[in-house]
Amino acid sequence: MTFVRPNFRHPENHSNEIGYSIKNYEGALSTLCAGCGHDSISAAIIKACFDLNLEPHKIAKISGIGCSSKTPTYFLGKAHGFNSVHGRMPSVTTGANMANRDLLYLGVSGDGDTASIGMGQFAHVVRRNLNMVYIVMNNGCYGLTKGQDSATADKGSASKKGVPSLFDSIDLCQLALQLGAGMVARSFSGDKQQLIPMVKAAIKHPGFAFIDVVSPCVTFNNTPQSTKGYEWVRDHLDATGTIDFIPSQSEITIDYPVGSSRKVTLHDGSELYLQKNNEDYDLTSRKAAMNRIETVKEQQKILTGLIYHNETELDTHGKIATVEKPLNALSKQELCPGSGVLDRLNSQLR
Amino acid sequence: MKPTDITDPEYFHKVVDCQYACPAHTPVPEYIRLIAAGRYNDAYMINWQSNVFPGVLGRTCDRPCEPACRRGRVEDEPVAICRLKRVAADNKTDISDRLPEIPKKKNGKKIALIGAGPASLTVARDLMPLGYDIDLYDDQSKGGGFMRSQIPSFRLPESVLNEEVDYILDMGVVTHFNQEVTSMKDMLAQSYDAVFVGTGAPRGRDLSNLPGRSDGDANIHIGIDWLASVAFEHIEKIGKKVLVLGGGNTAMDCCRTAIRLGGEDVRVVVRSPQTDMKASPWEIEDAIHEDIPMYENHNPKAFVTENGKLAGMLFELVEPVFDDQGQRSLVPTGEEVMMPCDDVLMAIGQLNSFPWIERDIGIDFNDWDMPDVDKTTFQTSLPNVFIGGDAAWGPENVITAVAHGHQAAISIHQFCHAEDTKIRPAPEFNLVSQKMGFHDWLYDAHISDEDRHIVAMVDKQKAISDRKMEVEKGFDLSQGYEEAMRCLNCDVQTVFETDRCIECDACEDICPVDCINFIENNDEDILRDNLKVKARNDDQDLYVSDELKTKRVMVKDENVCLHCGLCAERCPTGAWDMQKFLLHEATAGK
Repeated sequence: MTFVRPNFRHPENHSNEIGYSIKNYEGALSTLCAGCGHDSISAAIIKACFDLNLEPHKIAKISGIGCSSKTPTYFLGKAHGFNSVHGRMPSVTTGANMANRDLLYLGVSGDGDTASIGMGQFAHVVRRNLNMVYIVMNNGCYGLTKGQDSATADKGSASKKGVPSLFDSIDLCQLALQLGAGMVARSFSGDKQQLIPMVKAAIKHPGFAFIDVVSPCVTFNNTPQSTKGYEWVRDHLDATGTIDFIPSQSEITIDYPVGSSRKVTLHDGSELYLQKNNEDYDLTSRKAAMNRIETVKEQQKILTGLIYHNETELDTHGKIATVEKPLNALSKQELCPGSGVLDRLNSQLR
Repeated sequence: MKPTDITDPEYFHKVVDCQYACPAHTPVPEYIRLIAAGRYNDAYMINWQSNVFPGVLGRTCDRPCEPACRRGRVEDEPVAICRLKRVAADNKTDISDRLPEIPKKKNGKKIALIGAGPASLTVARDLMPLGYDIDLYDDQSKGGGFMRSQIPSFRLPESVLNEEVDYILDMGVVTHFNQEVTSMKDMLAQSYDAVFVGTGAPRGRDLSNLPGRSDGDANIHIGIDWLASVAFEHIEKIGKKVLVLGGGNTAMDCCRTAIRLGGEDVRVVVRSPQTDMKASPWEIEDAIHEDIPMYENHNPKAFVTENGKLAGMLFELVEPVFDDQGQRSLVPTGEEVMMPCDDVLMAIGQLNSFPWIERDIGIDFNDWDMPDVDKTTFQTSLPNVFIGGDAAWGPENVITAVAHGHQAAISIHQFCHAEDTKIRPAPEFNLVSQKMGFHDWLYDAHISDEDRHIVAMVDKQKAISDRKMEVEKGFDLSQGYEEAMRCLNCDVQTVFETDRCIECDACEDICPVDCINFIENNDEDILRDNLKVKARNDDQDLYVSDELKTKRVMVKDENVCLHCGLCAERCPTGAWDMQKFLLHEATAGK
């Protein structure tokens, strides 16, 4: 019986620049179904944080309810975590972010948690451009309650039960674009080469970074008729371009033919290299991104890759002009300056 | 790379590093699991089948399995395989009812075995159950060969050796002890169907050209001869000051025996640096534990005698110098050291010697005056004469002699039945799924974090005062269990079925040691470089699947796989399965 993961790791898999081994970024052994796409996303998050030399205790994982929202137990066991109420991950994250802006906020949600019960919360956290990474593990069904179609199940797509979905699906990337997210991307749990650099870029992006990850539910929604099964997704991928993430101050070893790639410099000096494909478009144009999603959808395909990227907007803290210092680090004197200050403030309003 | 052919037993056999490294290919993980289960008799019999002398080897084996053990690559120390074997031997009950039945009706073939060491005894063990008549010749009074004469009782109690030798002799072997064979011609004249020579490497090297050798002769002894005399109780004492020349296992046995026979200032003196000593590290440790000093870089110059009696030895000091090719030479420093002593034991090498084989009877000898022996069949140019053990190609060890014995027995059986000895019988193997349920396997897949256990020893003073007292106590049952649990079960193979894989990456994600990769196929060198963790250990194979739907392949680096079964547990489609691979080397008549 092995409910425990062995403690040995590959002896040649060395620690990262801050001296942590990959084990320091792992969590408990997953209790999700064998083959669940969510586990692959967890693995990608672990790898991205390891590679970026992040300190696990400077990360907060926040989730709602659902299979997806269980996953924070399975990665970054040394980070902070809050498994919140169904669909309420955005408000809990907003609160935490307001209190301590120094942590990295990793919000994990599912298609049910985001596109159904949490839709209202989702819309507003995007609109406010909260500085966080928002990952949706999107399997098109309610896995935890035996696989009913979710709001992201495509019309006509059939899960294990065999009944095609009657309703049009919600495209979360389009929604995020419309609501003003700074970074919008889509990936597939079975494509770590794309997913890992994408998670890294999202972590480095200041403001709201949204990744919709198609993540097959092996138990309920991995049929040949399902548009969220491994086979269908693999056969219908259309990437905006191959991504490589280059952390700041590191040597660039990838050699792209001239004119075939585009460089996106992030605020901290990190760079994203995107290998262009034939249908290249302006990544900073919301309109172009919308167009591209729609065009690909018409071809019965799924657009993956970095879809939109724009760092110009201020995040929530910037917009409401909070203090630089995290609120939880302010002294009592700073938080409660006394009745004299209050009087002065009140007199200004009279 | 081409997909790995797992129908070839060689592939999975190689994954079981310990078994593969064992000259007799003992199924190590199989018996270790039986020890953990407390099934000592079963564990013993698996050993007995493969290596014939589990009790002896559990104490004295050169353990080629341990440096090979995968655990030694995953963490610091390998599983204490050798001492686990002893746990099985120490705790078994009467196994006589499990020994093979010896047919009453013989097959009419008669074999002579010359020398009663491990090689010959193995031949007897394999051929007796097939109905052969066997005559065993040895110049000693008991069977066992060098296991008896050279391994001191404090390492191998006589009772353990007797028991395992007797299992074979009691099969009805006709023994001719105290009978030295002096002529192969005479032996062949006795119309045996085949003759097997397992006479070991009986001649210890001497320093006959060193000044003072003949004057001091009374106190200068050849190590192996001296050990034999001690074993047969012809010698009971040695002088107070003893010099032991040589750095091999015989030297270690000599010095430790000497301090038990009255030696007070016993020194091991070696020509080379101590780090280059040939003895097994644990044997050197045991000698150091008994406070025996080692003097390195001392090259013997002369035996010094006074009044016709040995008084000491003169050494010149040397230092190792390496040339451009990294070749070492020992260059004298000009300094000389005189060490007074009462006795000298020379343990500086052994040679084979065949003065009793006539050179004109059809057995070809090579340029070094050694008989030509075929590496696979152990046959000489005289087809009915076979040679194995140390006698074949010089000193090795007990387990190698056993392996030779098995192969020679196969050849003899083939020869006696007019079959081609070049065609070797294939090993017997099977591969059985271990799956019982969702998280349930037939083997204990949990990986123990325990460090290697140290074998307890009897009190040093007490041990030294009694030549026959066994120094090592062996593991007790709970230590044996815990050590057995350190085994990674490398024989439980990860078997991959390409057609079932849906490429969900679950196995790749869960693998604690990053063995599993789904990547584009390429040549082996490139593939090794492209893995998540580069596969730098070229001795370990890559397991490559057929092409998957995405045109990628699954590549697994076998190097540090823990055989924990998580890949199979996390596989939604059963593309991975844990299957136990059990291989038994072919033996005569099977």
